[in-house]
Amino acid sequence: MSDDEMMVTEHELHAYVDGELPAERVIAVEAWLASHVDDASRVAEWRAQTQAIRAHYGTMELPPARFDLEQLARRSPLWRGIAAAAVVAAFLAGGIAGWLVHGASAAAPSRFDIFTNQALDAHKVYVVEVRHPVEVTGAERAHLVQWLSKRLDYELRVPDLEDIGLRLIGGRLLPGPFGPAAFCMYEGPSGERFTIYYARTDAAASALRYRAGDRFAAVYWVERGLGYVVSGSADRARLMAVSQAAYERIDKGIL
Amino acid sequence: MNPADALKQADGLKVATFRQSIERQIPALRRYARALTRNAELADDLVQDTLLRALRSEHLFNGGEIRSWLYTILTNLNRNRLRSLARRPALDQLKDADAAGAAGPQAGTRDIARALASLVEEQRSTLLLVVLEGLSYREVAEVQGVPIGTVMSRLARARSNIKAFLDGAGPALRRVK
Repeated sequence: MSDDEMMVTEHELHAYVDGELPAERVIAVEAWLASHVDDASRVAEWRAQTQAIRAHYGTMELPPARFDLEQLARRSPLWRGIAAAAVVAAFLAGGIAGWLVHGASAAAPSRFDIFTNQALDAHKVYVVEVRHPVEVTGAERAHLVQWLSKRLDYELRVPDLEDIGLRLIGGRLLPGPFGPAAFCMYEGPSGERFTIYYARTDAAASALRYRAGDRFAAVYWVERGLGYVVSGSADRARLMAVSQAAYERIDKGIL
Repeated sequence: MNPADALKQADGLKVATFRQSIERQIPALRRYARALTRNAELADDLVQDTLLRALRSEHLFNGGEIRSWLYTILTNLNRNRLRSLARRPALDQLKDADAAGAAGPQAGTRDIARALASLVEEQRSTLLLVVLEGLSYREVAEVQGVPIGTVMSRLARARSNIKAFLDGAGPALRRVK
């Protein structure tokens, strides 16, 4: 056996402990350990560490109900199509269901109602503005994001939607339901405008929810303590497509 | 059955097996998250976020190793969490279940928990993925998005730091009792 084959590296010792060593090197390593006491004691030490870690953290339990995937999936936007369909079905059902929903919202407006009301109001007021739709223009994007993030005390994500034909015009600060809200406006080539409204909330993360208005409609969701409302065209398919694009970019941090 | 219905049924089956594969990993993910964060509550939040993220990306998943993919999501989420926490580190230490004085059924192996807590995040995650979760070096490299050589040196540093911690801190801790 040549010296080269005999020489055992530290990496090989780790690989030996972790069962990652190629079979043809195991004998060489074991021979090495028999004659190198220091390395043998290191290997023993690493094995003891492994045992201790497994003893302390190794138990596995059956997951509690909060990890039920069916329930989680309902919160996941993959199923927002189904959720949206359910909303439409509720509208169509009308009657008692409608009355119940109305009764509930009259008693205590939900976060969904509060957020979409405010966002749609802002949308109506500002999208018709020709000269002053925003306070800070999209040309100063970095400044806009920094300013609004500072006021909301939340690192805002303002998505780039140019590839779906929407240019960022800019944004402004608004009074929100629980402190300041941020409001960004986008414009398409034919002048159609979409806005994204951001405000802090204590509501739990939610799937995308659609709300139809008379001239405009809104899509709402909550993620990590921030409520989002995309408002725009009453054309539902168009608004859902824009919201989905915004959602995905915000979620993945593609800005 | 017409072709459209057959397709729909095939899709349904795909979703079912995808979910089952995820479901099988939940106990191991919780185990890893607990060791990684040393805080059961935080760990479960991380696992839940991981599952939500995975379900959302269901349509993006094209075969491959689901297990590594879930560990990747969890590791990244935890990294983001630590990054946002870096501005206020004191809070996390208070919640650390392994803080000195904590007693429990596993008090005997508490030293190893403290030693793990003393490691930097990458070393802790590497060591746990290898010895607790049984991932191969190659899988760990994928999860962490680094070359295999980096995994090896993180592992080596993790082990030697733990040894140094146990050699140094052991007697001092015993004296406190």
